[in-house]
Amino acid sequence: MRIERESELQDLARGAAFLGSGGGGDPYYSLLLAEAALARRGAFELVPLSEIADDALLAPCGWIGAPTVSVEKLPNGSEAVAGLRRLEEIMGRPIDAVLPIEIGGGNGLAPLIAAAELRIPVVDCDGMGRAFPESQMAIFNIRGLSACPSVLTAADGSLNVINTEDNLAHERAARALAVSLGGIAHMVEYPLSGAEARQHAVPGSITAAIAVGRAIREARAAGEDPFEALGAALEATGLYPHCFTLFDGKIVDLERETCEGFSVGRVTIEGFGDGSRMEVEFQNENLVAKRDGKILAMVPDIITLMDRDTADTITTEKLKYGQRVKVIAAAAPAILRDDQALSFVGPRAFGMAFDFAPVETLNLSETA
Amino acid sequence: MPPSVIGATRLRENAEVRIGVDVGGTNTDAVLIDGRHVVASTKRPTSADVSAGVTAAISDLLGEAGIAARAIGAVMIGTTHFTNALVERRRLDRVGIIRLASPSGEALPPLTGWPETLARQIEGATFLLRGGYEVDGREISPLDEAGLRTAAQACRDEGITSIAVSCAFAPVNAAMEERAAMLIADAHPAARVSLSHSVGRLGLIERENGTIINAALATLAVQVVSSLGEALAALGISAPLYISQNDGTLISAAEAARYPVMTIGSGPTNSMRGAAFLTGVDNGIVMDVGGTTCDIGVLANGFPRESSIAVDIGGVRTNFRMPDILAIGLGGGTRIRLGAGDDDFVIGPDSVGYQITEDSYLFGGATLTASDIAVAAGKAAFGDAARLPDLAPSLRDAIVARIQTMLADGIDRMKTASGDATIIAVGGGHFLIEDDIKGAARVVRPEHAAVANAVGAAIAQVGAQAERIVDYDAEPRPLALERMREMLLARAVAAGATKDSVEIVDMDEVFLSYLPGRSAQIRMKAVGDLAEDASLANAAFTETRHAH
Repeated sequence: MRIERESELQDLARGAAFLGSGGGGDPYYSLLLAEAALARRGAFELVPLSEIADDALLAPCGWIGAPTVSVEKLPNGSEAVAGLRRLEEIMGRPIDAVLPIEIGGGNGLAPLIAAAELRIPVVDCDGMGRAFPESQMAIFNIRGLSACPSVLTAADGSLNVINTEDNLAHERAARALAVSLGGIAHMVEYPLSGAEARQHAVPGSITAAIAVGRAIREARAAGEDPFEALGAALEATGLYPHCFTLFDGKIVDLERETCEGFSVGRVTIEGFGDGSRMEVEFQNENLVAKRDGKILAMVPDIITLMDRDTADTITTEKLKYGQRVKVIAAAAPAILRDDQALSFVGPRAFGMAFDFAPVETLNLSETA
Repeated sequence: MPPSVIGATRLRENAEVRIGVDVGGTNTDAVLIDGRHVVASTKRPTSADVSAGVTAAISDLLGEAGIAARAIGAVMIGTTHFTNALVERRRLDRVGIIRLASPSGEALPPLTGWPETLARQIEGATFLLRGGYEVDGREISPLDEAGLRTAAQACRDEGITSIAVSCAFAPVNAAMEERAAMLIADAHPAARVSLSHSVGRLGLIERENGTIINAALATLAVQVVSSLGEALAALGISAPLYISQNDGTLISAAEAARYPVMTIGSGPTNSMRGAAFLTGVDNGIVMDVGGTTCDIGVLANGFPRESSIAVDIGGVRTNFRMPDILAIGLGGGTRIRLGAGDDDFVIGPDSVGYQITEDSYLFGGATLTASDIAVAAGKAAFGDAARLPDLAPSLRDAIVARIQTMLADGIDRMKTASGDATIIAVGGGHFLIEDDIKGAARVVRPEHAAVANAVGAAIAQVGAQAERIVDYDAEPRPLALERMREMLLARAVAAGATKDSVEIVDMDEVFLSYLPGRSAQIRMKAVGDLAEDASLANAAFTETRHAH
């Protein structure tokens, strides 16, 4: 399969923005870069996991840092290729294909640009099925693969190779480096074989994102409800089996801070007319949504704020006072919801004092 | 269309008399209001030089209301002139573009994502220079002062007088941009410099885009604003001149001349606020049919619905707050071209514009327009119906039906709920919208509908804004925000806003990690309706953009 048209890139950007659960960065900048790469180098090659050789060398990559920084400190353009080239040197062989470490947000598109530079394909899968703030939340860590060797590069040309024993130490080292380099850096991590990717990666997530983005675009063009189209498209992917509109209202408070390499904070939304409120807490990604104190969705399920009229995703760094939004939640891929996965990406992994409850259970009454 | 002065009512004693003007692409509309009552209104063709149309319109008002020029308390002008210049890509300056952020950002140079023809037209020279700040306040690189001097000299040698400067994290620290402005002024004294921190918030690409647009409008802005001032002086009006901003509040003429981009969305804002004011309808769809386009916007709880993400101006992405508007190429002057059969005709998208009073059949011309069709079908009555060409009733009705379909499609695209909506039909061509148009629960046509945008300018909102740095360790966040909120609400009321209309429309918080403790820079803006008995002289026109 190939991504040949700008409209497909735009669909991917729109779908990835939703799957980012508020994080992964606004895909707009990646989209601009991808459109330029498309014009310059032609179609992007997208390969399904099933067609990858067992012994292929695959490199997941993306940007690490705070999305609030990414809107001001933009890429130099040399980061991804420098990192991938160094990984090839370390591995002593060429990289056969890249994949997004996370499908969510700008990181869902970032590997396309690297792939175009290296003239290698992108594998239709990712390491998170959404976006998460920390590297060890990738499915590859949950399944016991090593993040290292990992290469971190920044706009100023600096390059750091990270080699740690365990993946949490890798995340801490990478985060500290990213902070010291200005809060945003490019990272190549979890180099893996084709066989490993087939076993562990979230399959088909790039085509799923394109399908979700296309559904929203087509519904809008046809004057239909884009939120209904979004829900139907998510369910049709098979990866994201449930979708709920949790709330509809206006942003009345926003507290957002760039803190130790993350964008952290909370947004408060007031319902129209009925006086109810929804509060969404985030750390790069939206983590938990409460209506009048009652939890309606939590990580790893996807929680995304969207423009209530256009169904454009509003990533955490683009939230503004006064925006009129709908809060949409979608069930995470099943592989993120087993006990092993939840110990890395469930609410307790984010310091919250409660266990995971699926969005479809929390919103049972809504569907009845 | 000829001037029409509607319902001159008696002036009341205490209220300040104000004039609101909307300078559109086709017509210049004006109203004279006394407090919040429309006393007189008029519609004149927009002149190529802007000022002749404004002078003619204001003369109409003074004559009809029998008021001396010196009795006017304030003149508020909203204009789509700058938007039109950008959309039509004329009278734009070539811009010298300087970005201080290298080596970061080089993958996305300025003008990335712009329509190619506009970028080619505007780009004079681009300089990616070392400089800019990190999020924690460190420098990405020290400011490249030598590079700045060279860039300024290059612009001078090339005859480029408009310069846009953007710098990473300038909204948090403007020092490098201000230093850059000084260095440019030394090397190129004639340059007009637009600084990104004066134009927008965080989001370098969008802020830079707004800054470049502002710079491209620099010469035109000075010309337009000074010609408006001259028009008032010639009429003997010494009252202050204010220009409408995107959010319905005003800025001084001098500020508008420097920052025209802040006024670029005021046309739709004014027409929507005017429509809400004239009808009392808080939730509905406003359709402003002008000479060339029908602008469709949504009123939600009395406010124009804003676009949440990004606003395209002339195809350029910005992050200004302004109403979400759908423009359809259909207005009173839209050309209709006929073919052979009854189904064979083309509507627009071009319009005769302000030449409708010469070119259309109704006014003795020979170009078939949407207005001609409307009068032929008995939907409106103006001009000389005897001059209309013979049209088969079936053809005429088919054209009318197609116009309704185009407008109804627009309603459908802007509608958010599934049911029918209240439609407020305003603008000089509002008669093109029929009462039973599809998607409408009812169509409201207020008195003065034809000049709703001038009414919107005249009932300007007053605002108060402030910027403070607060240490939340010293004052807890909820308390600090509440204190600032109350201070601003009080200031807005003191500036002339009615108490129950004031609300916080914008709040922006940036944590300053380079300061000790948990310090944040808060910007907040309160806006409310101008009270009947208020004088604009009391209104504090906040010029805090440069304060840091």
